[in-house]
Amino acid sequence: MRRVYMDANATTPLLPEVFEAMRPYFLERFGNASSVHSFGQRARGAVEEARISVAALLHCRPAEIVFTSGGTESDNLALFGATKPGDHLITTTIEHHAVLHAAEQLAKRGREVTFVSVDGNGVVDPDEVRQALRPNTRLISVMMANNETGAIQPVVEIAAIAAKAGVQFHTDAVQAAGKLPLDVEKIGCSLLSISGHKIHAPQGTGVLFVRKDTKIEPLLYGGTHERQRRAGTENLAGIVGLGKAAEIASKSLADGSSQKIADLRDRLEGEILACVADVGAHASQMPRAPNTTNLWFDHLEGEALVIALDLKGLAVSGGSACASGASEPSHVLTAMHVPTERARASLRFSLSKLTTAEDVDFAIEIVPQAVAKLRELSPFYRKSDTFSTNAFTVAAIER
Amino acid sequence: MPTPETIAVAMSGGVDSSTVAAMLKSEGYDLVGLTLQLWNQRRLAGRPGMPETSEGRCCSLDDVYDARRVAEHLGIPYYVVNQQERFEQDVVQPFVLEYLSGRTPVPCTLCNNHLKFAQLLDTARQIGADRIATGHYARNEYDDARDRWILKRPADTSKDQTYFLFGLTQEQLSRSLFPLGGYQKPDVRTIAREQGLALANKPDSQEICFIPGGDYKQFLDAYLADRGEAMPDTSGELVTTSGEVIGRHEGIHNFTVGQRKGLGVATGSPLYVIGIHGADRKVVVGSSEDLQSKALRANRLNWIAIPRLEGTLRLQVKIRHRHEPAWATLTMSARDEVTANFDQPQRAVTPGQAAVFYDGDEVVGGGWIL
Repeated sequence: MRRVYMDANATTPLLPEVFEAMRPYFLERFGNASSVHSFGQRARGAVEEARISVAALLHCRPAEIVFTSGGTESDNLALFGATKPGDHLITTTIEHHAVLHAAEQLAKRGREVTFVSVDGNGVVDPDEVRQALRPNTRLISVMMANNETGAIQPVVEIAAIAAKAGVQFHTDAVQAAGKLPLDVEKIGCSLLSISGHKIHAPQGTGVLFVRKDTKIEPLLYGGTHERQRRAGTENLAGIVGLGKAAEIASKSLADGSSQKIADLRDRLEGEILACVADVGAHASQMPRAPNTTNLWFDHLEGEALVIALDLKGLAVSGGSACASGASEPSHVLTAMHVPTERARASLRFSLSKLTTAEDVDFAIEIVPQAVAKLRELSPFYRKSDTFSTNAFTVAAIER
Repeated sequence: MPTPETIAVAMSGGVDSSTVAAMLKSEGYDLVGLTLQLWNQRRLAGRPGMPETSEGRCCSLDDVYDARRVAEHLGIPYYVVNQQERFEQDVVQPFVLEYLSGRTPVPCTLCNNHLKFAQLLDTARQIGADRIATGHYARNEYDDARDRWILKRPADTSKDQTYFLFGLTQEQLSRSLFPLGGYQKPDVRTIAREQGLALANKPDSQEICFIPGGDYKQFLDAYLADRGEAMPDTSGELVTTSGEVIGRHEGIHNFTVGQRKGLGVATGSPLYVIGIHGADRKVVVGSSEDLQSKALRANRLNWIAIPRLEGTLRLQVKIRHRHEPAWATLTMSARDEVTANFDQPQRAVTPGQAAVFYDGDEVVGGGWIL
């Protein structure tokens, strides 16, 4: 069966060049980058090469790059590492769980936390961030592009607010990396997270940019790796892969590849909006990451549509997965005040540089069919039993 | 070669539904495994009487893990479908309200009616499977002469689950497969082993899936507290069958008809709960003989083997899950209400439980005891 992958915001496959770059470091070029001998030296060289490539992607100094196990660790390192009990942290309601749940945990550990809400387009108002400032505000964390809608946040304005207030600014750029130009100077952030596997590097790799003058407490203690900001033997092959992927991403940003992805995304979105009734695209009026569209299909259950499409060979996602793997309504859409029914009926299509025009044709062919079939059988068109939830009377039972 | 039919298998992570998946797979069907996520076992964790962890219960991560492993083993697509809100609305809330109204509910039947054979079937059809298969011990077959789908007791009568299935409509029965209906439970475990299922020896689940530990009273407290609602005051008088007040009780939800212990009054002869009056919150107590009923009334009826009840019918009536069906004469006593007059009085006819009517192995229909 033909299978088309349109869930790049969840993960991306390794590019063949990335895999080839990594291969020797699993085998003959192994080594611990901290070792004195030749094996160690070679490993160290590879790690530092990768650091230079990643620094080039972010337009920062190599020494400002901390390799981590992924976006989640980078976000946690930024939030836990840059705040102390008694500090105030400002973040938003649409962050990835890696920030959201870390912030909730910090609130239990002596930090004050403000979650700034967003408008109906899923965009943070910098003024609200400004108004949330307190004398003890230490850190502001706002993502660069939202993982579910793609909506780009006004991080430059917010960074300026942070700078004026003498507050550090962190941005989770996991969904922006490789899709939007990233320049830590232009953004004005002191901390920035990226994840390897969203840019065709392996899972289990990530980066936290830590500006030279920014002090963070490590999450992990052990050796003196990563300039004492992250203990643990470097993930040699993973870091090499991340370096290669960053190098390729830098080139792609320069050669207009992201415009190609945007064109495919726009065609996909446009065709579905044109040939299916009662549909819409979240945050479509706003600047978005070029690869993402989040569509709602009223009168159906998004969870069933995801399954139906998967069984036909198209992999997309809806909502966020809970521990069991079942879907829950997206907290991002909920934060945008999208009605629950519509949030449940929303699907995210996210493309990558590997997405082809034929892939888009395939999606344009099968999505309308699947939507039509689901609506035909939708329980939302039927009378549903409801049960009084607040009348504790026998009468309520005797329905 | 025609395309094989796609069947959705309701997989709970237990032996029975896993074996169903394995059996149908070897018969050549195209399968999709579905697990309903019905209840978050961690939701009430830590409240009084609720365990901190919840291993090995329905909808637990362990069960989903087991179901997923079986699906991987069989090489079939597998999905978890979130129906927590539906389950709370259609099963948990009625369960709570029934107890608070002095009745004793049967949540498994509500779940079958509203979730497994309604929502799950809807989802199955939407994803391209016109029929679902479950691990229930029951049999269903189409009868040409009557032009109806018939629900029958399974070969393994000790595992008979037809009591919980009386609410199925003709449409639902026509779209359901019960592949275990012809098997004995030990044989099912043997098949599971032969199919290489790692969970072949997993213990059966017994209790109500969303009530860890099985203490429904503590569940009511924890659930209401979780919703920020106060436990309503359902305390009242303990009265005898002749109306004499002999004490007070803490709340009608603490009682079930037929209950002997915990009445809080000392008398010479054993006392039993005979009736619970939701309206005036009285709990009526009496002797063992007072527990016997010559008749019952049931409403919210569903007929399976017949389109409707006309005149009278001699059938066997089962009034709770572990009850030996008793002969009775059934007549309609109101619109959507049947009266069953027992040949021999039956003990502890309990409002809120289901009355299921059998003609030998066939489920003729059923309703909810008033």
